[in-house]
Amino acid sequence: MQYCTFNVAGFLFGIEVDQVQEVIRTQNMTPVPMSPAVVEGLINLRGQIVTAIDLRKRLSLPERPQGLRPMNVVVRMRDGAVSLLVDQIGEVIDVSQDSFEAPPSTLADNVMDLIKGAYKLDGQLLLLLDTAHVVAVASV
Amino acid sequence: MRMSDNESMDHGLDDEMLDEIIGEFLIESSEALDQLDQDLVTLEDNHSTEVLASIFRTMHTIKGTCGFLGFGNLESLAHTAENLLSRLRDGELQVTAEITTALLLTGDAIREMMATVESTRSDGTSSYPELVNELLRLQQDEPETNGEVQPLSEVLTDYGDVAAENDAAAEDIEEAQQTQTSQRASSRSESTIRVDVELLDDLMNLVGELVLARNEIVQLSQDEGRVEDALSLPAQRLNLITTELQEGVMRTRMQPIGNVWNRFPRVVRDLARASKKMVHVEMEGSDTELDKTIVEAIKDPLTHLVRNSVDHGIESPEERQRLGKPAEGVLSLRAFHEGGQVIIEISDDGAGINVDRVAQKAIEKGLIEPDAVARMSQRELVNLIFTPGFSTAAVVTNVSGRGVGMDVVRTNIERIGGSLDVTTEAGVGSTFRVKIPLTLAIIPALMVGCGDERFAIPQVSLLELVRLENNELRHDIEWIHGAPVFRLRGRLLPLVDLSSELGLEALPLSERRQVNLVVLQSDNHQFGLIVDSITDTQEIVVKPLSAQLHDVGTFAGATIMGDGRVALILDILGLAQRSAVVSHDKSRVHDSPVAEVEEISQVDEDAMLVVGVGGGQRAAVALSTVSRLEQIPNSAVEYSSRGVVVQYRGELLPLVSLAAVANVGVPASVAWAERGNLNVVVWGADDNQIGLVVDNIIDIVNDSAGTAPRLVEENGSASFVTTLGGEVTDVIDIDMLLGAPLSSIGSDWSHDYMSLSS
Repeated sequence: MQYCTFNVAGFLFGIEVDQVQEVIRTQNMTPVPMSPAVVEGLINLRGQIVTAIDLRKRLSLPERPQGLRPMNVVVRMRDGAVSLLVDQIGEVIDVSQDSFEAPPSTLADNVMDLIKGAYKLDGQLLLLLDTAHVVAVASV
Repeated sequence: MRMSDNESMDHGLDDEMLDEIIGEFLIESSEALDQLDQDLVTLEDNHSTEVLASIFRTMHTIKGTCGFLGFGNLESLAHTAENLLSRLRDGELQVTAEITTALLLTGDAIREMMATVESTRSDGTSSYPELVNELLRLQQDEPETNGEVQPLSEVLTDYGDVAAENDAAAEDIEEAQQTQTSQRASSRSESTIRVDVELLDDLMNLVGELVLARNEIVQLSQDEGRVEDALSLPAQRLNLITTELQEGVMRTRMQPIGNVWNRFPRVVRDLARASKKMVHVEMEGSDTELDKTIVEAIKDPLTHLVRNSVDHGIESPEERQRLGKPAEGVLSLRAFHEGGQVIIEISDDGAGINVDRVAQKAIEKGLIEPDAVARMSQRELVNLIFTPGFSTAAVVTNVSGRGVGMDVVRTNIERIGGSLDVTTEAGVGSTFRVKIPLTLAIIPALMVGCGDERFAIPQVSLLELVRLENNELRHDIEWIHGAPVFRLRGRLLPLVDLSSELGLEALPLSERRQVNLVVLQSDNHQFGLIVDSITDTQEIVVKPLSAQLHDVGTFAGATIMGDGRVALILDILGLAQRSAVVSHDKSRVHDSPVAEVEEISQVDEDAMLVVGVGGGQRAAVALSTVSRLEQIPNSAVEYSSRGVVVQYRGELLPLVSLAAVANVGVPASVAWAERGNLNVVVWGADDNQIGLVVDNIIDIVNDSAGTAPRLVEENGSASFVTTLGGEVTDVIDIDMLLGAPLSSIGSDWSHDYMSLSS
């Protein structure tokens, strides 16, 4: 299985490579007033309007420090593309199904739902995001 | 399977070619069959030879192609139907409801077989013997002209059979209806419009990118200090070509709404027959165009609404005649463009929705609290039918009560950024109003600034722009119980501050040095939207918002500006509803007692509300005693033992004529019954309110009535005459006038005052 990996607040996350449409650098963001807090805003992806979700907020991680410009990981969802804001983009890695484990039980409940499982890599844990859950943002 | 393969060898066709031919055949036939349904329903109403000829041709073509491709079962069914049709065409038989039903069922059977062909490349094993027999029987069914006398017993048996077959046919209809939706959605012909949709999507995206590149180049060519001459001409040309290309590509994706509607006469006919009703379908605006994806998405919700109207709306012919209505009910479909949206109205002239029953049901089902009913407006009560878990049908019929509620219909419409609303009148009928975006439509919009962002306001809602500075600002914006209003040529306009609606930081209204007002119209209500700046108007491309933002409600979509940035499009109705300009349920005064205390202090103690009381005379009341100004339709006025009342925010609001009660003006001029709308000044607080009917609302003035010279004053009187705003005005102390009798409510006071005015 191939995963597109990225870093969010020091954690390594991964998404199946075929779900990722593209990765782009920081874009002009139009905030949406009154929207759920995790929605960072709207970006213009070559004429397509894409909602950007801040993964730090979504995963209840500390806020992104000032000056750190997030990358957009644009994922292809059933209802259209959604951008996930990450700190830093990693490599596309190939992992063997053998090292797959259930999500670490130390995760908070609300984050647990968003993680499908984990792969043990050399010296680091790759947390597998459940994209469908991540983009299912409840209203305010 | 085997068979068609063998046949194909006979024609010397290889598999690929055959696949292509079958594919073409399926698409063409599917379109032809949709037309067939429509034609058959038309034919039943109106025996047109032209329509009959078209039906005949369709069946003939299907028969011929099936024969060529070796689909024996399909061919023989089509052949039998064609024989029946040829007898109709030659005038040997007359069209009857029975024949129409059989032919419609034939169409359904052919569809089923084609679905089998699509998935298995064979027309299946079923030859539909019952249907074929029915078609054969109908061909011979010529009681008079035949000459041969059948034995009575045989005739009777025949009738028995007919009845039995009718039952079977009815069951078939139900079955067909249930499977129709899923079948159609998946069938191959629906996902193609001759050009692959995916290809169109790709083209559309490319054009989108081209548009942005164009915008950049145009901007560059206009920048000063560059080699503009060399660049400006090609840039101009690029601009033109891109615009045209963009429009062209968009148009390829547009389809008339008629593509969805065309199946409704058939749906309605089947349903009406099953429920023994008579329904005539009228259509207006079927050429209204929508993006293909939207057309697909609204198909099922609209079908459900149509079914609902026939099933729950239109009464039985007997009931209708008893009520003095024509036995045949009318279901009318109307589509038109309005402000970047398409409005589709489905109206019936049936029984209407019983609001009391809706409320009762909602309480029974635990959907709302009993005491909530009193606080809800009629419109909100009717809209309870869209609540999940609600269904008023006393008997759950096969047709509409199958677990798919109106809530699902609404959800599906909202999913594509649309809205669903219903208006109803008991005994007259109901209208379901679906508003859906065009998605790719280009609409003219006014761009406004608020905070750091720009927002687009669809131009269709726009009435005018007003700019207020310094003095005007303090002078012309008044506060009625915490809600700001603005006097626009004598009319009082409620104001909505965009920055506070959007939760953006902004100076309080009273501290701003200038204010830009965008006067908007929504749902027959006008209001003024306060924005920071007004930029310009431009054509914008409407794009829907993603699912994450559907619940926000304030935005109708988004668009991309010339500089490539995204701007949100304001949903004017949503905004009006949120800020309680339109709906009564969210009155800021009642919801937030704390705010009330604060904001009331902003009401100028001396401010007087000036109203017309007939005969060109003016009267004034202290604004601080007024809780609201309302326009109440005359039709809402009711006559009770307590006098004249109107249902107002769940309470009965007694209405009295101000002229009569205060003995000023010309009471008779306020002859209520002759007016469409009554201007009502609501006096008092909460449950102790009275509606004072006046001719018109003239103004709010700040001239201190206390210091102006009084022309006439009687001791103990509730009124005196003075000049306000330079004109002679009766100043009325309503507290004094009405305060006492109100505490002993139940007396006939309102009735007495009423009789004075009539």
